Amino acid sequence: MIPSRSPFDPQNPLEGRVITTPFDKVLGWARKYSLFVYPFVTACCGMEYMSVSSAHYDLDRFGAAFPRFSPRQSDVLWVVGTVSHKLAPLVRRVYDQMTDPKWVIAFGACASCGGPYDNYATMQGIDTVLPVDIYIAGCPPRPEAVLDGVVKLQKMIQESKQVWK
Amino acid sequence: MDTKTASPEKEFFFTATEPEFRTQEMLLNMGPSHPAMHGIVKIAVKLQGELVVDADIEIGYLHRAFEKSCEACTWNQAIIYTDRLNYVSPIINNVGYCMAVEKLLGVEIPPRGQYIRTLLCEVSRVADHLTCVAAAAMELGAMTVFLYMMKGREYLYELLEDFCGARVTTTAVRVGGQPADLPEGWTEKLTRAIKEVRVILKECHALLTCNRIFYDRVRGTGVMKADDAMNWGFTGPCLRAAGVDYDVRKYFPYLVYDQVDWAIPVGTQGDNYDRYLVRMEEMEQSCRILEQCAKKIPNGPHSVQDKRIMLPDKKDTYGNIEGLMNHFKLIMHGHGIRVPVGEAYQAVEAGNGELGFYVVSYPIEGEEKDGCASRPWKARCRPPCFHFVAALPDMIKGDMVADVIPTFGSINMIGGELDR
Amino acid sequence: MEKSLAHRKIEEKFPQAVLDSHAQHGDETLILRKEAILDVARLLKEDSELQFNFLMDITAVDYLGRQPRFEIVYHFMSLPFNRRLRIKLQSDDLYPTVKSLTPLWKTANWLERECFDLYGIRFEGHPNLTRIMLYEGFEGHPLRKDYPKTKRQPLIGPQN
Repeated sequence: MIPSRSPFDPQNPLEGRVITTPFDKVLGWARKYSLFVYPFVTACCGMEYMSVSSAHYDLDRFGAAFPRFSPRQSDVLWVVGTVSHKLAPLVRRVYDQMTDPKWVIAFGACASCGGPYDNYATMQGIDTVLPVDIYIAGCPPRPEAVLDGVVKLQKMIQESKQVWK
Repeated sequence: MDTKTASPEKEFFFTATEPEFRTQEMLLNMGPSHPAMHGIVKIAVKLQGELVVDADIEIGYLHRAFEKSCEACTWNQAIIYTDRLNYVSPIINNVGYCMAVEKLLGVEIPPRGQYIRTLLCEVSRVADHLTCVAAAAMELGAMTVFLYMMKGREYLYELLEDFCGARVTTTAVRVGGQPADLPEGWTEKLTRAIKEVRVILKECHALLTCNRIFYDRVRGTGVMKADDAMNWGFTGPCLRAAGVDYDVRKYFPYLVYDQVDWAIPVGTQGDNYDRYLVRMEEMEQSCRILEQCAKKIPNGPHSVQDKRIMLPDKKDTYGNIEGLMNHFKLIMHGHGIRVPVGEAYQAVEAGNGELGFYVVSYPIEGEEKDGCASRPWKARCRPPCFHFVAALPDMIKGDMVADVIPTFGSINMIGGELDR
Repeated sequence: MEKSLAHRKIEEKFPQAVLDSHAQHGDETLILRKEAILDVARLLKEDSELQFNFLMDITAVDYLGRQPRFEIVYHFMSLPFNRRLRIKLQSDDLYPTVKSLTPLWKTANWLERECFDLYGIRFEGHPNLTRIMLYEGFEGHPLRKDYPKTKRQPLIGPQN
């Protein structure tokens, strides 16, 4: 991104040291590579979440592995696993406590649509109570699918209009 | 260090009995979503200073109607729900359920099938214990152990993936046997994985077992003595840590556990440290079982040769009309395996303890044929960690609030199994 | 069929208690009169020749359309004698009431709460018989056969 440095010219002090770019883009670039996550881990998908975040698959490469267990400090809510009706108000409350800008990833089939559980206890997808940005398919999704989801979210963040005031 | 300089430090700490520092009881909610709670459970602890006076536990956040779901699908379809009970070692759940149904059917799978099941079960058990110790250690700050053990688990997941194509929720077992034989070169891969796991166990022993910080955190906390443990219905590593050598694999042998040589590790004090040691040693014993099974595995069919129970080979399904019809008869709606009316309880040793399946077959109105049922009337799972979590208030009472974390980690609560 | 030791002991002490017995698939099973459960359980636990010191499981089965409708199923295990025993109680009440085993086994507490929550079985003498898996405000007992599988009672979000 930054071109090689030219010798300093006092007549033209900004030459070679400044690039111009829309503010939205640079903010999006900063935001997408410093995602603090809130892992709301409930069920089986947590096993794959553990795999993804440890050394083998290394989510840290994407700048999106740092878990913050306070919703107020986090940007991305990962809903990892089945959400039952008993749990739904709590997920909603965690989401409400997060500060803007915030994104939600529905990790796995259960969080996306209820998965194999179509019964009295299980919510049919978390998008019935909160807005979801990325759905990751799979029961549970393979780590590669999770990484793909993270990259897609980063692309989405980069391309979206940045709210910053 | 000079002992004289150490004594004034003692005066610095106040004892709780001094009246001017009397504190009020405080209610602290840990969970449902808490960094040290792997899984969703709420512990409301009543604190006197830092001492836990009382605790109340609320569960059920992951209740997803295992039994109701099983009742709505056929005998083989219910296996996918058993995967998601204890999602750390799903194959043991599959095996337990399938053995219960096989008990109802009155069939016994051939020796090779039994060896394959034993191999898969033990691979899952090692993965289960690795996950439990890793998570418990991470919550105490030992991040390195977590990363090492997750690495070890990946080797085992690769083995399971080779066998059935899935990493976590495997569905690798069917009523009446396995859907497929072991792939080519699996046992060689297993030998390599065992070697890797042993290296990791050695490293983690070096990191934890004699580590002063770890030892002080876990020794003497979360104590559950043998008598109480039995009263609470403890099984598995938590009971063995208290000194009772109950293991379903020895007491009620199933599969081929009575044909291999292995030992039950037992603790003495029933605290967190003993539970950790028992788990570490059980992984070693599981490796021994795996090695022996890999050597002794006989040739032959891997599942029962009964067309009413097992699906035909794919080449028959696609290749001839008998195979196709056989496939249809087992798959189509309203057909499938017919299980005689009755009830059976089958216990297997899961990573956490005795995992029992109580399966009832009862004719469903309109679907009945010759006193057989095509769906489970009831499939009840006896979850081992339900009993541990029920006993958790007793275990943490009298300890410091920081000791809740290692205690909770060492009982290895698995949400799917606890709440079903 | 030859009667087992536990069967004989129970009949000796409580002559009216055992209604039926079978050993299907090798699982020894006794069907008892509902009222006798606490006394029989105490005998099973404390008799030196039986020593069923583990209460493994409590559950219920709803045989809708059959008389009697409900069965409450207990699984015991004796560690010293390496033996298992299943005890069943039957009841045709809409909300069957049986005596709680909490005085004998602490673990009966949660097992009975679960049974109450999902099946609506009342346990007499239980210290805290409240819902455990589901939440306050949930109506009905979902594992009963007459409860529809997908009848949801959400706390927030769209209704069914």
